[in-house]
Amino acid sequence: MTTMQSPPRVADGGGNGRARGHRMPGIGAGDKAVGLINGGFLLLWGLITALPLVWAILSSFKTNGEFRVDPLGLPSGVQWDNFSRAWSAANIGQYFLNSVIVVSISLTLTMLFGAMGAYVLARYDFPGNRFVYYLFVGGLILPVFLALVPMFFVVRNLGNLPVIGQFLGLNSYLSLALVYVAFSMPFTVFFLTAFFRTLPNSVAEAGVMDGCSHFSLFWKVMLPMARPGMISLALFNFLGHWNQYVLPLVIMQDGDKRVLAQGLGTLAANTGFRADWTALFAGLVIALLPVLIVYIVFQKQVQAGLTAGVLK
Amino acid sequence: MRHGKYPFILAFLLPPVGIYAIYMLSPYVQAIYISMTDWSGLTAAQTFIGFDNYVEMWGDDQLRKALWNNLILVLVVPVLTLLLGLFFASMLNVGGRSRGGAVTGVRGSSIYKVVYFFPQVLSVAIIGIVFKYVFAPENAGGILNRVLGAIGLGGLQQLWLAEPNYLIWIIVLVMTWSFVGFYVVLFSAAMQSIPRDIYEAALLDGSSRFTTFRKVTVPLVWDTVQVGWVYMAIQAMDGFATVHIMLGINGGVEGAGDVLGIAMYREAFAEADFGYAAAIGVLMLVLTMVVAVAFMRGLRRERVELA
Repeated sequence: MTTMQSPPRVADGGGNGRARGHRMPGIGAGDKAVGLINGGFLLLWGLITALPLVWAILSSFKTNGEFRVDPLGLPSGVQWDNFSRAWSAANIGQYFLNSVIVVSISLTLTMLFGAMGAYVLARYDFPGNRFVYYLFVGGLILPVFLALVPMFFVVRNLGNLPVIGQFLGLNSYLSLALVYVAFSMPFTVFFLTAFFRTLPNSVAEAGVMDGCSHFSLFWKVMLPMARPGMISLALFNFLGHWNQYVLPLVIMQDGDKRVLAQGLGTLAANTGFRADWTALFAGLVIALLPVLIVYIVFQKQVQAGLTAGVLK
Repeated sequence: MRHGKYPFILAFLLPPVGIYAIYMLSPYVQAIYISMTDWSGLTAAQTFIGFDNYVEMWGDDQLRKALWNNLILVLVVPVLTLLLGLFFASMLNVGGRSRGGAVTGVRGSSIYKVVYFFPQVLSVAIIGIVFKYVFAPENAGGILNRVLGAIGLGGLQQLWLAEPNYLIWIIVLVMTWSFVGFYVVLFSAAMQSIPRDIYEAALLDGSSRFTTFRKVTVPLVWDTVQVGWVYMAIQAMDGFATVHIMLGINGGVEGAGDVLGIAMYREAFAEADFGYAAAIGVLMLVLTMVVAVAFMRGLRRERVELA
């Protein structure tokens, strides 16, 4: 029960806005005052959300001395050196490259295979259609953790296969990408099946009249029509794959093959002794940039795509 | 369309189903068998030992700690997130009242939605590292202590991550911080579809903001709340990455911040006890199912229909 006593104290330190926020609407003071106070809480939460990140970004420009002595202040100048230390000495460049390679493969294959499977399930009637569909969708509720241990052995054993084994074992880009593809299939197939079902039949029929094969109907007619759905889903999967932490932890145990999130974790663990915090924060910024850019450019679709993930 | 339909179907289904079956389905099936062996993972020998791993879990104090922490996460994080998410979403969508009495969101609500949502697109690794340094000691750049000192609350300064009693609550705060924005956007989408004239009628009847929130907004978005709640609970069951980065593989000081995911990873890859690790995985599966069903049941309510 001792643990139960600490929350109020912690809450006081970290999130003033939280506990009080809900009582606000109940206060019977003048409506205007309530509005102002509520507005204050919105702003407060905005600050609570933004400040840690702004602080992380500012820290990446500081010298280690500044970071230690004046963690809240503005940097005196921009220390580009932090970024080059992070990029080469702390290996973030290599991890970044690894992430780019793995995510390019996994995203391409996820979208391609996901669209293929979903298209067939949505628009063709064949025995076992429902079964395969539920096989995929059932995966939505399985926790990743249960699969973690045996997945490690599946990948390790595939590495022992003759000839192709060298591409499929542990510490291989392709293996990690394929694992991402597998774990993305449930939602991708679920979402795209629903999407392909909404596409009009008339266009498909016209295509058949014109003598399209099954394949060219998919490739030239249906896939272009499914573009809006494909884009939402590609964003969803991009963020998921780029930010993945636990799957690479199991598959990429070799230092040089680590992906960005994992590499940062290691760097954070080692930074303590070397006291090179600003390089760590520079690494964070490097990892954050692609996501930040995608988010700023596609903000509406990202929000729509991710929330659609819940309302399956 | 009849020509070569089956070869086409087969060719299109084989890659997705194949990869899915090899890398995802087969591990799940194997996990259940492995959980009943004493396999270390290092040798080929796998002895079937029935439910011994599960019996061992029963007497494992550290696992009990992890389970207890998971319960805290599952109960506290969704409640905090739900309350904050509903409150902010209602502020942003129906909280403002212009002079004409029209019900709209407060000013700048689209900017708030962008800012609030941002943590959702970040890697848990980044979030974990940032907060590790927010809660760090002052001489390692910990800004929380610095801020407390600056606003005259220096008495509250702590070595946050060195105090076993705080660990899981820090994880609760960090997870809530990263979840809220997502639910603000989710609930916002639901609130956007509520007809404005309902609010105007409520306003004419003289109901206060709070009453309107309780009697109009919440019942009308309840379906979304219910789905979001289950999803939140499943997410909160996890906590692996946050704990792994902030507290390390032993769950921090005295293992006080341990969660089941961490315990499982540790048993498998540090202790080389794959059988036991798989059993913890099965426990997590069962708990996730129980939690999902319980949450769905617990929030079931009369559905409010818009006439």
